[in-house]
Parts: sequence; structure tokens; C-alpha cells
Amino acid sequence: MTILLQNARLIDPEAGTETEGDLLIEGGLIAALGALEVPADARVIDCQGKWLAPGIVDIGVKVGEPGERHKESFRSAGLAAAAGGVTTMVTRPDTLPAIDTPETLEFVTRRAAGASPVRIRHMAALTKGREGREMVEVGFLLDTGAVAFTDCDHVIENTKVAARCMTYARSLGALIIGHPQEPGLSAGAVATNGKFASLRGLPGVNPMAERMGLDRDLALVEMSGVRYHADQITTAGSLPALERAKAAGLDVTAGVGIHHLTLNEFDVGDYRTFFKLKPPLRSEDDRLAMVEAVGSGLIDIISSMHTPQDEESKRLPFEEAAWGAVALETFLPAALRLYHAGLLTLPQLFRAMSLNPAKRLGLPQGRLAEGAPADLVLFDAEAPFVLDRFTLRSKSKNTPFDGQRMEGRVLATFVGGEQVYAVGE
Amino acid sequence: MTFRARHLLGIEHLAPDEIRSVLDLADSYVDLNRRTMKQSDALAGMTQINMFFEASTRTQSSFELAGKRLGADVMNMSVAQSSVKKGETLIDTAMTLNAMQPDLLVVRHPSSGAVNLLASKVNCAVLNAGDGRHEHPTQALLDALTIRRAKGRIQRLTVAICGDIAHSRVARSNLILLGKMENRVRLIGPPTLMPPGVAEFGCELYDDMKQGLEGADVVMMLRLQKERMDGAFIPSEREYYHRYGLDAEKLAYAKDDAIVMHPGPMNRGVEIDGTLADDINRSVIQHQVEMGVAVRMACMDLLARNLRAERGRAAVGVMV
Repeated sequence: MTILLQNARLIDPEAGTETEGDLLIEGGLIAALGALEVPADARVIDCQGKWLAPGIVDIGVKVGEPGERHKESFRSAGLAAAAGGVTTMVTRPDTLPAIDTPETLEFVTRRAAGASPVRIRHMAALTKGREGREMVEVGFLLDTGAVAFTDCDHVIENTKVAARCMTYARSLGALIIGHPQEPGLSAGAVATNGKFASLRGLPGVNPMAERMGLDRDLALVEMSGVRYHADQITTAGSLPALERAKAAGLDVTAGVGIHHLTLNEFDVGDYRTFFKLKPPLRSEDDRLAMVEAVGSGLIDIISSMHTPQDEESKRLPFEEAAWGAVALETFLPAALRLYHAGLLTLPQLFRAMSLNPAKRLGLPQGRLAEGAPADLVLFDAEAPFVLDRFTLRSKSKNTPFDGQRMEGRVLATFVGGEQVYAVGE
Repeated sequence: MTFRARHLLGIEHLAPDEIRSVLDLADSYVDLNRRTMKQSDALAGMTQINMFFEASTRTQSSFELAGKRLGADVMNMSVAQSSVKKGETLIDTAMTLNAMQPDLLVVRHPSSGAVNLLASKVNCAVLNAGDGRHEHPTQALLDALTIRRAKGRIQRLTVAICGDIAHSRVARSNLILLGKMENRVRLIGPPTLMPPGVAEFGCELYDDMKQGLEGADVVMMLRLQKERMDGAFIPSEREYYHRYGLDAEKLAYAKDDAIVMHPGPMNRGVEIDGTLADDINRSVIQHQVEMGVAVRMACMDLLARNLRAERGRAAVGVMV
């Protein structure tokens, strides 16, 4: 089908531009951009001057299959993603059981097929059961379609095991995703050390734990030469190490979760468990340092770190409550807070949300260019609304933005040229 | 008498005039408790449930006695993790309790913030009897009453809080209360037992006991909470006692009339010298226990007044 998206503000993260124009979709690909004539057989959509950008490629989405389908299924996550402008979900292997064999990966790939209106790619665990002892079958898993390997928030404590995993992965060109954290120092912590944690009596972790974890991983990257991505950098103290590693030519990228860019430790307030995240929310200085690092390109990728948790998991005392928040549907409006605050431009945001994650995973998406897949999001950056968590499409409703004023709504989402979401439908 | 709080979850949300109201009323309950007839009808017809998720004979007895002296029907629920072990969540427990129509709920829980969570789910007034490492408001209030009665005031004093600050909800509540009442607060202890960022509360930090005690009016010792320690916080109890245990030699650095306090239970020979703890010329530890009952009576009385007023307003609203 041929679709002409007319009269849009085209956000090109590759060129760093925002221009007015049209976009033509043919055969699932972007066929042309600019001031275009209407082809005879085209369906024409008037974008009314709203913003059109490459769809979000979200690294690190937790789906509850297998094991916790009551929290999120491929279907519900896919619907939430489409409504949030996410066109590719890259799922985490921290499921029950973990995705650590070609058989489990095949199972989820089959389960996901056709269930979701958006694309789904899968990551696999790096060690069996994410227990940090035995390496998974990296080669077979790559053959089965794993796009990256990670034990998620289970840091491999045994450095020798971590080193072997990285060295082996290097031989196959696999991408390793690490969770920078020194596990001993952060054990038992649910908040970041400081006045707030002390006032609330919550066990905290020194921000230095993140830098120590990153330093170790970067040393192993230097030793092994593996392709490495740090899933979430959240403290200013980690940035110089990252900068040095990049300057030294290591194949390293880094990410940050949207919540760590838009919230700080004080948002936890009176023990609000929807704000219990991993790593815990940081100081305002750290938050601003992360925003600046995204702007400069030092931090490459913003992800939602979508972590669905049911009511029962969150309706507990703060220390006992489950970690994480849903974010697929609130990802873009939350990111637009940074745009409205004048901290990041839209091309900068989409560079980190679409272009860079696609590039890192070797996917053709994330670009607004001729020949690229027509995975697109049309949105109104200025549409105000108050978020009601019960309207979310995720099975779980654990969002820290419940009841908050947001600005920016997705109007339509296209995947491979097909419209998979339209506002109000 | 000014007291606006619906629940007593911590000192953090109390204003200085509310603190003074509690202390003033508690003074009158001290007098009542010293009489032969110790009864009041302030809570007559009301039901008080003590729910302790963490064992505490002293605090539980103090609350029980306070409730009984005010004429409440007092019930001790032995939660003792039994229903929790069966899979019931704290909120389920709260809902069950709420259905029993209590008026006052006294809760102790090992998790910080658990009492706040519970208070948000019930219709009665909730008193925090200690939650995790967060707050223990009645302890801070009884300490304040003890100090006020010993020193004649609760302002412009130098108070040294010594020992295991990191694991102590008593320290946290005292720190906030004493700060609100414009006292100079010093925290003394090994850096491993000092909570991060605590200097931002406006207190002075010392890791040397003698320096920290210099010129103090009040020396408040804390229990070394060995059960909360999951790693190497101190090298040994005997080194801890040597550096931070209060004895006559270290106390000599404080003012001559400085009082010695301890929330109990004490580890004698670990954080305090046994003889000093029993010295009635310096130690007010037994007074603290006495003040505890009076302060808890005052808190429950004030919360009950607010609860009655709230229910009265609701009833009028319904009639209109």
C-alpha cells in the first residue's frame, strides 16, 4: 500500500534536523521525503503540522512471558508499545524461566509471532538461569535470533566467569549488555545514599557502586574486545569512565532509563512504591548530568526499562515491594518533558530513542531516510493530558506518572508501512 | 492545646506547637500515673489494637498500660509473622483489622514506611511504635519530656546522640524533634554507623567520643543493634566499648550536670558502663520508662480527640 503522510514536521535524528514536509510509504519502506506530489493510488493522511519521527526502538522491555503472563503478555505489551510510539520492542530474558537456551528462545519467538502489532526482538541471558556460573550456548542462541546477551540486573559476581563470557562472545561478535553495579556494595539497598534515604530510614547504596561496576566491566571489555552496552548509567560519577573508554576506542555504548532522566529520589516521597526502580532514583544533580550526557551523545540510548508489576507486588512496604515501572506508553510523553524544559531537542531525543538503539543492534530501523523501514510515530508534542494509569494498555499499571500532567500524545504509529495505532481507536 | 495530626507516624510532620501540646498533656498524665487511682476516661468506649510485627515487650507493655489507664479496650494482636507467613500481605491484615472497627491502632513493623502504608488503608488513628530504621515518634517525645523535666526546657541545649545512629529509628526521630525545637544536636559514632547525608539535617558529626561530648547538656546513648547488622560495621564489641562506650571518664567531658539517657534495652559493657547506667545522679533511664507511659497516654488522648471531632463532623455532614 502507498501512503502519503502530508504536511508533517519531519524529525531526522541522523541529520539532526526538524523540517516541514511529506513522507511517502511504499512497500513498507520510506520511499521519499520532502515536498511531494500525491501519487495516484496513495492513501493521503494530513498530519496537520504535527511531528513525524522514526518509531522508537526500545531496548530492555520486560514481558511476562514465560512465567508472569498475568503481569504482561506479548499481546498487551505490543498494544501498549503501539500506543506509545514504540515500533520495535527488544525483550529482556529475566523471565521465569530465564531465556537461556535455544529452546526457550524458540518458544518465546513462537509465542510473540503475530501477537503484537509492533516488531519484537529478543535478548538472551548470558549465563544459565542468570546465576553467573555457566555460560549459555551463545552461538546457538545467536543462530536462533538473540540480538544481545544479558543477565539483566543479576550482575555476574565472579569476574573470571564474566571475563570468559565476554571473551567467548567476542569470538562470535555478540553484543553483551551489562548492568553496571558492584553487587556487594549495593546489596540490600532500595534507595540512593543521602539525606532522603536517611530521612526515610531506607537502606541506601553509594552511587560509587555503579562506577565500580562500570569500571570492572570496561576493564573486561578492554581485555576481551567484546561489543558492550551498559544498560543504565544513572550517576554523574560513572560518566568520566565511560568517556575515557569511548576515547580509547573501546566498542562501548551506554543507556539510561527514561525514569532516571525525568524523576529524582525525592519523587519517592512518602514511600510510593511505583517509584521503586532499579537502580534506585538518584539525586537531581545526577539526573541533570544524565540529561546533559544524552545531549552530548556520551550516553547513546534512552530506553523505557518497561517492568510490569501487578498490584500485589507493589502494595507492600517499600523495602519489600517489587522493583520497576511500566513505561512503554508513557515513554514518549515523559521524554517530551525534556524537550519542553528546553534540555534536549527532538532530533536529540529520537537519536537516543530510535536511531542509536537500532544501530547498536544492527537493525535497519530508527532512520527517517529513503529505503529505511516505514516504522514511524506521528505525535502531537504539545497535547496536554492527565495520566490515568487505568487507561494504560499494559496489563500492569505500575506507572510513577499516575495522575501527573503530561504533554505530548501519540496520534498514529506505523510498522512496516502499516498503521498499527491511531489515537481514539 | 494544639494537635492537628490524624495519625502519629513520625516527628517529621509535627509542628513545634504540636510537640509542646503533647508534652504539656503528658505532664498531667505523669501526675495521674503517680496517684493510687490511675484511671482516666479519655478513651472510654474506644478500642485500641496493638499490632507488633516485631517483638518488643517494653514498648508494647507501655502502650498497653497507657491505653488501659485511659479506659480503652486494649487488644494485643500477636501477629508474630503468623498470618504473614501464611501469605497474607500487610494490606490484607490492615483490611481485616479495619473491619473490626478499632479506634486506635498501634503498629510496630520491621520495614521503614510500613506503618505509613497501613495508615493509608484504615479508618482509625494509627500510632507508629517504630518502623524499620525510619521513626519511633513516641520514643522521641518521651525523651523530650524527660529532658524538659530534668533541664527545665527543651530549647537551646546541646544534645549528643551516641552510637549506632545508622540503624536507629530512635536517633532519627530525636534528631528531627530536637532540631525542630532549636537545640544543638551532635551525632557521635564510628563512621560505619553514621547514616549517609545526615549532616544535611543540620547536626554536627563526631567520630571521637570525647570531642563530641565536650560541653553537652544531654548524653543520649543508643543500643548497638547487632541484629540489624549484616556485615563488618565494627571490629569488636570490646573495641567499640573502648572508643564509644559511655563511662565516667568520657562523661567527664560533658557538662557536670549532663544527664545520661538510653532508650533500652541496654547492652551493658558494650555501649554503656553498667554502674553509670544505674547512677541515679546522672542516669534518667528509669525516668524515660515512666515518661513513656505518660507520653503515650497523651498521644492517644490527642489522636482520639481529633478522631471524635472528625467523626462528629462526618455525622453532621450526613445529617445535613
